[in-house]
Amino acid sequence: MNPCQSCHERDAVVRLTQIVGDDVTTVHLCSKCAAERGIETATEVAQTPLGAFLAAMDKGGAPMAAAAAVGEACPECGATLQDFRASGRLGCARCWITFERPLRDMLRRLHGATRHTGTGYARPGADQLTVPEHRERTRTELGEQLRLAVAAEQFERAAELRDALRVLEGE
Amino acid sequence: MTDLALVPDGGMPWLDASGPNSDLVLSTRIRLARNLAGRPFWGRNSPEDREAIVTTIGEAAQDMPALADATMYRLDAVSIATRRWLNERQLVSRELAGLDAAGRVRSGAVLLLGRSASAMINEEDHVRLQGLRSGFALESAYGVTDRTDRELGARVSFAFHPEFGYLTACPTNVGTGLRASVLIHLPALVLTKEITKVLQGLAQVGLTYRGLFGEGSEALGNLFQLSNQTTLGKSEAELLDHLGRMVHQVMAYEERARTALRRDASAALEDKAWRAWAVLKHARTLSFEETVDLLSGVRLGVGLRILPDVPLYSLNRVLVLAQTAHVAEAAGLSLDADAIPEHRAAFVRRMFEEVGHQ
Repeated sequence: MNPCQSCHERDAVVRLTQIVGDDVTTVHLCSKCAAERGIETATEVAQTPLGAFLAAMDKGGAPMAAAAAVGEACPECGATLQDFRASGRLGCARCWITFERPLRDMLRRLHGATRHTGTGYARPGADQLTVPEHRERTRTELGEQLRLAVAAEQFERAAELRDALRVLEGE
Repeated sequence: MTDLALVPDGGMPWLDASGPNSDLVLSTRIRLARNLAGRPFWGRNSPEDREAIVTTIGEAAQDMPALADATMYRLDAVSIATRRWLNERQLVSRELAGLDAAGRVRSGAVLLLGRSASAMINEEDHVRLQGLRSGFALESAYGVTDRTDRELGARVSFAFHPEFGYLTACPTNVGTGLRASVLIHLPALVLTKEITKVLQGLAQVGLTYRGLFGEGSEALGNLFQLSNQTTLGKSEAELLDHLGRMVHQVMAYEERARTALRRDASAALEDKAWRAWAVLKHARTLSFEETVDLLSGVRLGVGLRILPDVPLYSLNRVLVLAQTAHVAEAAGLSLDADAIPEHRAAFVRRMFEEVGHQ
């Protein structure tokens, strides 16, 4: 295998051909240097969230176990991650919370984002909160989730919640 | 059988080609996917759940200005011919009409069809609101669909998550639940073989396409439905703006390709248009595929003033009414009747007569 022509350390796994005007240049890159240029390699794909997500479901799911152990069913509709994998469809609204972690990874892959920034929605009869009230309620909820995540030693989740709280407090 | 004569405006006000850029863009469609809180989704709900969803949305609709005039069609209670007929008018998806491989319609599959907006109930999501407009009209199509959504959302509880937005059965639709698609005719880009490049370019900027008829990517009649691929992380306005800008660009490419064809391949272009004209006007049997293909040649020829003028309305009408379920219905035949290609050809000839080209 050729060494990577960028870092000269790792083995090259990608041959990148660039055509600029009439100039054709070819470079051999390792997956890391390729990724820095925005190119995904086959090995890279397996390491992306969707790959990890699918791999986790295939293998019995060690990496995602913290979020929703494979085989764990949605308390509302009884769907499991395997069901989702088989049909590509979630069973109910609660599934979105049950399988939140693997889904978030998948959304990043599908949409390049996890957060809805479009039109908001208030259910009929729901309290119409002012913006500060809404923020206060969210802060309380996030704080509670953070406490639970720490107690359950879900540190990755805790870090995400802490970041979300920081953003909120910075507003 | 449902009395199809009662379908408001035939369900196709977009045929009149009254919208902007309707020489290139046939129609603009907006779809918003919504689910009711507290009911299982598509794959895990029971016939009782689905019936309750029909009742909840049906009752809400009676009180909604946007759907007050709507007629309810129970797809689960009509023949496959009627379901295909509604699908051919682009009023229901293949899935709701039960036209996919399995060919079975689900209980609770319902279309609520109003003059300005419609709702498919118990499709992959509990409700899919739709607005369809003539020509390139993202804003007005979204306007009416958004109004319908707001009115419905004020009367029933949607499944909504503060982070993920509107929750859908499939993660590809979550967030806004918005799919905007523009049906565009791109014959010159196909003839100049630039279409692949254009479609690849669209894929790179987060848009996708599919053909109007049939499954898969084959675009019969050079008709492409361009739409947004992602639904999450951007606002509705951003998604529409992005699609709108790209469609403008594609229209400019198509115009450029047309100019190039006129300049460099004028004889071949005229020959193609006139051959399409001659066959459609005189053929005694026509398959739907051939009809759509030739119709594209005629549409291009009329657009470039190579051929005598035919109103776009007439061309749009043929596109819909020459489909199998329509021909069968008009002729009183079954869907698999051998005589359909003859009746289709006779219908197309009549269209030419009606617009004064004997």
